[in-house]
Amino acid sequence: MFYREAGQYNTTYEQDLQAFPIKQDKIGIAIWLVLAYLFVPFFGIPGLEYGFAMNAIMIPVLIFTITTIGLNILVGFTGQISLGTGAFMGVGAYACYKLTSYFPDTNIIILILASGFVSAIVGALFGLPSLRIKGFYLVVATLAAQFFLEWCFIRVGWLYNYNPSGAIEVPQREVLGWIVTGASAEPMTRYLVVLSILVFLAIIAGNLTRGRIGRSWMMIRDMDIAAELIGVRPLTAKLSAFAVSSYFIGVSGALMVFMWLGAAEVESFDVNHSFLYLFMVILGGLGSITGSFMGAAFIWTFPIILKELGKSWFGINATVMENVSLVAIGVMIVVILIAEPHGMARLWQIVKQKLRIWPFPH
Amino acid sequence: MLKKLIVGVLGAALVTGASYETAKAEDTLYVPSLSYRTGPFAGAGVQIANGFADYFAMLNARDGGIGGAKIIMEECETAYNAQKGVECYEATKGKGALVYNPYSTGITLQLIPKAPVDEIPILSMGYGLSAAAKGETFPWTFTYPASYWSQMSSILKYIDANGGVKGKKIGFIYLDVGYGKEPIPLLEALGPKMGFEVAYFPVGVKEMQAQSAQWLNVRKERPDWMVMWGFGAMNASAIKEAAKIRYPMDKFIGNWWAAADVDLRPVGESGKGYIGANFSGIGTDFPAVQDMIKHVVDAGNSKADPADVGGVLYNRGMFNAVIVAEAIAAAQNATGKKSITGADMRVGLETFDLSAARLGELGLAGFTAPIKGDCADHEGAGSVFMQQWNGSSWDQISDPIAPMTDEVGPLLTDAAAQYVSDKPEWKTQSCN
Repeated sequence: MFYREAGQYNTTYEQDLQAFPIKQDKIGIAIWLVLAYLFVPFFGIPGLEYGFAMNAIMIPVLIFTITTIGLNILVGFTGQISLGTGAFMGVGAYACYKLTSYFPDTNIIILILASGFVSAIVGALFGLPSLRIKGFYLVVATLAAQFFLEWCFIRVGWLYNYNPSGAIEVPQREVLGWIVTGASAEPMTRYLVVLSILVFLAIIAGNLTRGRIGRSWMMIRDMDIAAELIGVRPLTAKLSAFAVSSYFIGVSGALMVFMWLGAAEVESFDVNHSFLYLFMVILGGLGSITGSFMGAAFIWTFPIILKELGKSWFGINATVMENVSLVAIGVMIVVILIAEPHGMARLWQIVKQKLRIWPFPH
Repeated sequence: MLKKLIVGVLGAALVTGASYETAKAEDTLYVPSLSYRTGPFAGAGVQIANGFADYFAMLNARDGGIGGAKIIMEECETAYNAQKGVECYEATKGKGALVYNPYSTGITLQLIPKAPVDEIPILSMGYGLSAAAKGETFPWTFTYPASYWSQMSSILKYIDANGGVKGKKIGFIYLDVGYGKEPIPLLEALGPKMGFEVAYFPVGVKEMQAQSAQWLNVRKERPDWMVMWGFGAMNASAIKEAAKIRYPMDKFIGNWWAAADVDLRPVGESGKGYIGANFSGIGTDFPAVQDMIKHVVDAGNSKADPADVGGVLYNRGMFNAVIVAEAIAAAQNATGKKSITGADMRVGLETFDLSAARLGELGLAGFTAPIKGDCADHEGAGSVFMQQWNGSSWDQISDPIAPMTDEVGPLLTDAAAQYVSDKPEWKTQSCN
């Protein structure tokens, strides 16, 4: 009833090709954007302290959404599994750090977006083996990328400007008079920058996956030999998937350090984080941009919610809850893989379908 | 199923929201503890967190807090993870946090630039950024009682006093991350000056428990002394490997994160003779520790296993709490208020005086070398002593060894200058 598209006629090809052809979806997206741009920056999350809501929930969720979209392009849309996500985020972060130390006066947002290109090049380079190997073997190759890059982050002193602490520390940078990075940057400014970059990148990702390139990725995923026979070049398709995916991941890595953590050691880019991002993709839904939002938000907020619930309802201490949330996420991944392999995105589609026919299910 | 899930999640969100309230009320002192009782370094984290918590619990039970104000100590679990550290910081700073003790170099580095903005000081006791010892550059960060560089200089002094360091070869085995690499500049500066040679044996995080390759090299290089900058699972593995190649244990010195009971217990008898640096006394003989046993552990209010009380890391957590408590008392004296702010706490951390007499009053005579808070010197001129493993517990084998301040000082100044070199907006302070 609420979700009926009856009566909405498309009269031109442009209307047929819209990202959100149904009126209800347009309204829904508009509501989300209004909430994200006009409500959250001023009020945070109702019931939570503003700084906590922004720094511990909203900003990381948005950043990880970019990571998840990036990884989803590779894993969900192209079917190439990667365990090097953490390290590719590191490439973006270190690239941005180097760029801003060479060009301190350049707009930091441009540098963050530019550092994604460094990550894209590195990603495409490590994507080369994918032309020859598949499945488990490719996983091992990307795992090698993870360890090699981690080794570089520790050993190549040039990357962290020979800092005795071995970490990269974010300098203060201003954009149009607003302090955007560094400890003095207001959470609201950082949130809005991250949000805008996410919206920009999500539109790009959405359109890429709907268009010719995205279709060639999906053809490679579904059956690479058939795709090759009808004229999709695996070289360009696979490498472009690696490059685009690494671009997104690199930008999110730069954002993570510059807009959120403020300083980072190699530990923030280790293989455990690579797994975490893969879980976000799997739980959210392989091959779905909407799912990337849901997966990132869920995996990040679930332990926080659980910790608070344990404390306020049952008086269980945080240590126990920490372990409980690890177990719960593990169980959930197994259950979702069995019961709903397409993740939360698929659940949302089922809900939409139910809403469409409600209240007369026949 | 789905409906229930959604209702559950929404309900959860509402309830969590409602439960947020500020802990700060009249005359309380809120001290957050960023602990790690889970994760890769939980073995050490549990002990430190227990010692830290139990000392405050003892003060509350015995003296009713500090200066009449009750201490509210809240733990937040970081799992030694820098991202969770941000979450914990944000969750606790709004409640009137007086000081942060992150117990992780990664989290410390994140918090250093935030401290002046939020006006909450950081006490990174025996870890973090060595350069933070320069109080004029880092007004809000403290590294009492000594930095890594000071510690290394004390270890070198100990070696020099036990057979001389000139002409010797020192093997340096370290965890190959920022923490482990930190003393290298000092070794390189002092090597030519004091006439010793250094052989480096890095151990990657992933090979912490598989060090046979490094120890093969040790066998080849035959260093006269071995010094270790390790943490967690790396320590026991290194000592086991050393025993395997029959490296003389009494020539093997671990730094203060590589010389705890949890590190040596798995090694047991074969680690006999292994030496460790430390700055906080060991054992339960101190009256303050006895008070903790009486008021907290025996009363059933401690999470600690009674067998761990008095251990190296338990006592270190307690020592951390002692410095915090002394600084709070100093801040209360300076401001005349019972309940203080983070900015007052900073003053307290710069003015407290943990003299030998005061240590005696606290029931900690001989526990550590006296430390004095200072505006310019955020290291407090503390000293380390050496302890030796006797197969089942530690014995103190040296008096406190003062660091070579004249050698370490210029390096610290350089490092501090480098830290601020690309941060033109950094706020420093001028002492005197």
